[in-house]
Amino acid sequence: MTNRTFVLTCLTPLLIFSLAFLAFPLMRLFLASVEGDNGWAVYLDIIRKPRYINTLVLTVLVSLATTFAALAVSTTAGMFLVRNKFRGRNILLSILTLPLAFPGVVIGFLIILLGGRQGLINQITPGHVVFAYSVLGLFLGYLYFSIPRVLLTVMAAAEKLDPALEEAARTLGANPFRVVVDVILPGLMPSLIASGAIAFATAMGAFGTAFTLATNIDVIPMVIYTEFTLSANIAMAAALSIVLGIVTWILLLIARSLSGTTVAAGG
Amino acid sequence: MTLNLTTTAKTFGDGTKALLPTNLKVNTGEIVSLLGPSGCGKTTLLRIIAGLETPDPGGKIWFDSDDVTDLPVERRQVGMVFQSYALFPNMSVRANIGYGLKMKKLPKADIEARVSEVLEMCQLNDYAQRAITALSGGQRQRVALARAIAPRPRLLLLDEPLSALDAALRETLRDELAILLRKFNITAIFVTHDQNEAMAIADRVAVMSHGEIVQSGTPEELYRKPNSTFVASFVGSAMHLAGEINGSKLKLKGGEVSLPADGTGCEAFVRAENIQINKNGSLSGYVDTVTFLGTHYRVGISGVISEPITSIFSGNKVPKLGEKIRLTIETQSILLLPSKA
Ligand SMILES: Nc1ncnc2c1ncn2[C@@H]1O[C@H](COP(=O)(O)OP(=O)(O)OP(=O)(O)O)[C@@H](O)[C@H]1O
Ligand SMILES: [Mg+2]
Repeated sequence: MTNRTFVLTCLTPLLIFSLAFLAFPLMRLFLASVEGDNGWAVYLDIIRKPRYINTLVLTVLVSLATTFAALAVSTTAGMFLVRNKFRGRNILLSILTLPLAFPGVVIGFLIILLGGRQGLINQITPGHVVFAYSVLGLFLGYLYFSIPRVLLTVMAAAEKLDPALEEAARTLGANPFRVVVDVILPGLMPSLIASGAIAFATAMGAFGTAFTLATNIDVIPMVIYTEFTLSANIAMAAALSIVLGIVTWILLLIARSLSGTTVAAGG
Repeated sequence: MTLNLTTTAKTFGDGTKALLPTNLKVNTGEIVSLLGPSGCGKTTLLRIIAGLETPDPGGKIWFDSDDVTDLPVERRQVGMVFQSYALFPNMSVRANIGYGLKMKKLPKADIEARVSEVLEMCQLNDYAQRAITALSGGQRQRVALARAIAPRPRLLLLDEPLSALDAALRETLRDELAILLRKFNITAIFVTHDQNEAMAIADRVAVMSHGEIVQSGTPEELYRKPNSTFVASFVGSAMHLAGEINGSKLKLKGGEVSLPADGTGCEAFVRAENIQINKNGSLSGYVDTVTFLGTHYRVGISGVISEPITSIFSGNKVPKLGEKIRLTIETQSILLLPSKA
């Protein structure tokens, strides 16, 4: 088999997949969004009506906050877990990655058990502390299912860091903090970008957790659901889906090009 | 700077005694090589000096009159060249070399000037802006050296800096390194398991075996007066003449030789260049192999002792394979070394 036919062979499944699962449904979705009574104006509505635009901004902000918090927590925890071998390490690791198996609803339920009206925090603190149904509750829920994804990716990358690089930096006078900034973070950067992208995209589209927690607040996946099922406003549901997809895609593109420049700056 | 190490040892967590209590003194401007087989503790000793490994309690490390035993790595001001070079992949050649100066918080202009000076010294001018990944092995080796030397360390430590290169390049760079190190005029310790490298670069060689320094001296001293059977066979590959020692006579399978002194309790060693093929010789053996090496032949001979021995032959009447030959070993060239207990 020549190199060319080999590439073509590999290309076929990709082509079938892209057409069947991405291009056709997305095209259909897009057509559905402009076939409503308002036609193209449905997209103008999203920008003009506070209910939609505010929800979109909130969704992006919560997802960004989740992403950065998950990166910060997972990087420190992951580095520690990779560098320190101790008893019970593997058990701790499996507990940390457990949320991967939970559906969003279960995670929302856990947050309610923690921060709801009958929740743990409300019971042990004197005041009335209920955060499960606020943005904070949503953020914590998203964080909970983002951490394992990021942690596993970061740990895999941290295992591969060359300890000699850190030692070289230290012999050159770098204190432990500089070693983190100049050696460890650049070494982890590709995996931070990749896992951050996954965490962000997952948070943008999370439904189960939002469904359980977002009674007072709205996020885009919830709005899509209500437009679709309650208002039967299929055009708006479709338009919001398209916008959700495009916004996520643009932000991921920015992250990817930023990572490109960090690598290029090194090169 | 003078380095002084007193009763410094290292036992790892799993009980491995990588370094037995060791004393080592390196004088200002001296280039010392740590030479020894794999696993003998060379890297461990070097890392203790750098501060990358903590010695067992009782050991002390002095830089001049400063006790640096408890000083963390980043404040010891040592330059280190790693076996894998450990260049920062996210920085250019210039940034790598300037890193140590940046950590010293020198003004930008001073950093630039010093980096340019070091680039010039190491003949790296053409590569200053390159990415590390776009360099050859030999160029990387020079960048690693330049980076270590740029902040003017008190002591330069090199862990097998040439071992990642192929044989031909290693030989050229060996001489280049010897010249560069002298140009820097710096106190340096150089780890290697290659005796030619040690001899070419170092003023003094410390031979290590099983976690201790067994002998230290100039290359000539080690070659001419090894103090143990280990040093004799490791440096200059002396061959053990296994036979029966009777006073100052040594009886071998292929004949008898006289020893320079009473050899009781000793073992006799000889180097290939001291075994001569000579038709009046007192020893006899058979030619096994003949290898032409340009200036001379190396002849493998069996039947003298139970193992094959090697002789250097530089005449033009080349012995033939399988031929029975006679040999002499000059009495004065035989090394008598105390046999291992
Ligand atoms: N972190 C460690 N934990 C346990 N044992 C170790 C550790 N590092 C090294 N050793 C052991 O200490 C001994 C000396 O190792 P060292 O790396 O100093 O050898 P070396 O002389 O540099 O060998 P080489 O020429 O192969 O690099 C070896 O037996 C090695 O297995
Ligand atoms: Mg070593």
